[in-house]
Amino acid sequence: MELLVNLLQAVGTVGGLGIAFGVILAVSSKLLAVEKDERVERLENVLPGLNCGICGYAGCASYAEALTQNETEFTKCAPGGEKAAKAIAEVLGVSIDVNMVKKVAQVHCRGGKTTAQYVFDYQGVKDCNALFAMHGGNKACPYGCLGQGSCIAVCPVNAISYDADGLVWVDKEKCISCEKCVSVCPTHVIKMIPYDADVLVACNSIDKGPVVKKYCSVGCIGCKICSKQSPEGGFVVDNFLAVIDYSQKGDREAAMEKCPSHCIIRNKSQIN
Amino acid sequence: MVKTFARGGVHPHDNKKWSRHVSVQNAGIPNTVVIPMSQHMGKPADLLVQADDVLTEGMLIGKAAGFFSVNVHSSVAGKVREITEIYLANGMKSQAVVVEVEEGFDPEASSMFLAKENWRTMSDEDIVNRIADMGVAGLGGATFPTHIKYAIKDRNVEYLVVNGVECEPFLTADHRLMLEKSDCIIEGIEISRKVLNADNVIIGIEANKPDAIQSLRDSIIRKNLDFEVVALKTRYPQGDEKQLLKATINREVPSGALPLDIGAVVSNVGTLYAIYEAVVLKKPVIERIVTVSGSILKNPGNFKVRLGTSIRELVDACGGFTEEPVKMIAGGPMMGFSIFDLNAPVTKGVSGILALSERDLKPAGETACISCGRCIHACPMGLSPTTLFKLIDHQDYEKAKQENLLDCKECGCCGFTCPARLPLVQMLRLGKLMLRKKA
Repeated sequence: MELLVNLLQAVGTVGGLGIAFGVILAVSSKLLAVEKDERVERLENVLPGLNCGICGYAGCASYAEALTQNETEFTKCAPGGEKAAKAIAEVLGVSIDVNMVKKVAQVHCRGGKTTAQYVFDYQGVKDCNALFAMHGGNKACPYGCLGQGSCIAVCPVNAISYDADGLVWVDKEKCISCEKCVSVCPTHVIKMIPYDADVLVACNSIDKGPVVKKYCSVGCIGCKICSKQSPEGGFVVDNFLAVIDYSQKGDREAAMEKCPSHCIIRNKSQIN
Repeated sequence: MVKTFARGGVHPHDNKKWSRHVSVQNAGIPNTVVIPMSQHMGKPADLLVQADDVLTEGMLIGKAAGFFSVNVHSSVAGKVREITEIYLANGMKSQAVVVEVEEGFDPEASSMFLAKENWRTMSDEDIVNRIADMGVAGLGGATFPTHIKYAIKDRNVEYLVVNGVECEPFLTADHRLMLEKSDCIIEGIEISRKVLNADNVIIGIEANKPDAIQSLRDSIIRKNLDFEVVALKTRYPQGDEKQLLKATINREVPSGALPLDIGAVVSNVGTLYAIYEAVVLKKPVIERIVTVSGSILKNPGNFKVRLGTSIRELVDACGGFTEEPVKMIAGGPMMGFSIFDLNAPVTKGVSGILALSERDLKPAGETACISCGRCIHACPMGLSPTTLFKLIDHQDYEKAKQENLLDCKECGCCGFTCPARLPLVQMLRLGKLMLRKKA
C-alpha cells in the first residue's frame, strides 16, 4: 500500500511539473513570439540552397532576407537562373520580365604537357597562385592554365576535373555559375560563356602569332581566318586573340574546321 | 656564455668552406647588363631613360617613386638597347633597362669615385639625402630603403646594431668584406652613428668567423673608438634583425613594430660599406659582393659584381660547372629563391648564387604531417607552422591571419626541420600572398 502511494506521488510530481512547464512554454511562445516574415521561408524554398555566395550574401538565407527588405535584385542568384528569379518575383508578388542567359565557366586553354612548352620543373605547393608568384608560372606562355588545380579545390559542386593531359575542364552540366573558380584563377584563363555556346576559343594568349607558335601548338595566333570563314559567327580578333561574341548566332563550324592551330573547340561537358 | 637569441632556430651545416678563404675578385665587365627598376622593397623606381640613350657610369636612370622607393643608377657606361620587362631572381616581374656596355669600359682605370669627401662637416640631413640619392638599400637581402631607416625624426636611438652575422649557409660575402674592408665598414658605422645619434654601437658576428671579429676589433682599436664587437653563438636565423636584437641587447621587437620602437636600428655590414662609398666617395650602389658557391662549381668564390650582370657571367667567372646542376638558388639556401633562367640579373638583394647537385639536395618525397611539433619548436617567431599550413591548405586565410601568419618572415626553419618534408614556408608564403590579394 505504502509502495503504491510512493509511486503515485512520484508520477504525480513529475507529471505536474511537466504540465506546469508546458503551460509556461505555450503562453510564452504566444507572448514572446518573434515576428518573422513568412516570405523568407518561402524564398528559401525556391532558392537552390547551395550557399555559394555569388549573390554577395553569406548564403541563401541571408539573400532571402535581403530580398524581403528590398535591399537587392531578383536576378542575383546565378545557380537558380531564370527559374529562381521568376519564383522570387512570384513570392514577393511582383511581376518581372527576366531574360537571363545561363552562363558556365570554362577553361580557355588547351596547352598541356604535349602541346605547350614548359620552362621549369615545379615542386612546391600544389596551388596555382603559389606557382604564379614564381616567374608567372612554369609555362613559357604567361596566360595559360597552370594546372595546379586551385579551381578544383574551390568548386562547391565538383564540376571541375583533370583530363588525361593534366589540364582542367569544367563540366557544363554540373557548373552552377558561382564564378568561384574565375576569381581564384591567377591567369584569368577561366571565363564565363553561355551554357548553350556551341564552340569556344580555347586560348587566352594576347601575344603575337610567331611568339605563340614558339611556345604552344594549340594557341590562337590571331590570324583572323575564323572571322573570314564564319563572318556571321561573331569572331572578333583583338590583341592577337579571337574572342566570340555569343550574341551573334551565325554558323561557326567553318571557322572551327579551318582554324590552323585547332584552338576553336566544341563546348562539350566532357573532354577526351 | 656566448650570446644568442632565445626562441627557436636551427643549426644547418654552414657549407662556407667553399668560398670562405677566397678573396673578393672582380667579376669582369659583361657585354650587356640588364638593370631592373625594382631592386628594392617598395615602389619600383620611375624610368628616366629610353632606347638609344647614352649612359655614363653611375648615372641616375631610375628615380625613386616617392618616399618608399630607391634610386637606380647605371652600373656601366654604354648605350640603352631597349626597355623591357623581365622576371627577377625572386620570381617578381620588373621593368628593366638593357644596356650595351661601351667598348673598352674599365671601371678600374677610371678616376671616378676616388676623391674623398669629409663627411664630418656635413649636416645629418645632407648625409641622409646623399644616402637616398646614391640609392642605398639594405644589402643584407631584404633591400629596405636605408634613407627611410635613417630618417628617425628626433626619436632616440640607444643602440646601433651592426649585422655581421651572415647566418645563411654557403654565403661568405659579408665575411670577406669584413676581412678586406674593415676600415671602410667602421667609417660607415661612424657616419651612421652620427646621423642616428646613437648612444651605443654593437657589432654582432657569429663565432664561426673569428678572423672577421679580430679584423673589426683591430680597426676599432686603430681608430680609438668605443664600438663593441660581440661574438654570437652560430645559429640560424640570427641574421634577422629581430633575432639579432634579442641576442645582442636582449630586447624583443613586438609584433608589427620596428626596431626603432625599442630604441634600436640594425644595419648590415654590406649596407654600411655602401653608405661609406655613397657618402665619402659619392659612389652610387652600382656593384655588390656576391658569393658564387656550391659543390659543383669549378672555382667557387666571392665576386665584386656590377649590378645587372647576368648570373651566367658569374658561373663563367667560376670556371663553369663540373656537372649539370639540379638546382640553382639566388640568395642563401634557407631563404633564397630557385632560379631556372641564368640570364636573370644580379640585383641589390642578391647576396649569393648557389649551384647544387642531387647529392646536396637529398631529395625526398612529401608525406603527411605526423604532428611531431618540430616546426613549432624551430619557429623563431613562436608561431605554429603546422596549424598555419593546414589553415591555408583549406583556404582559411583570415583564420591564419588571426594565428599571426603575418609575423612569419619566411626564414625556413620550419621546413628545414620537417620530417614529412612538407613545403611549409611555401604554403605560408602563399597564405600571405592571398591575404595581400584580397586586401
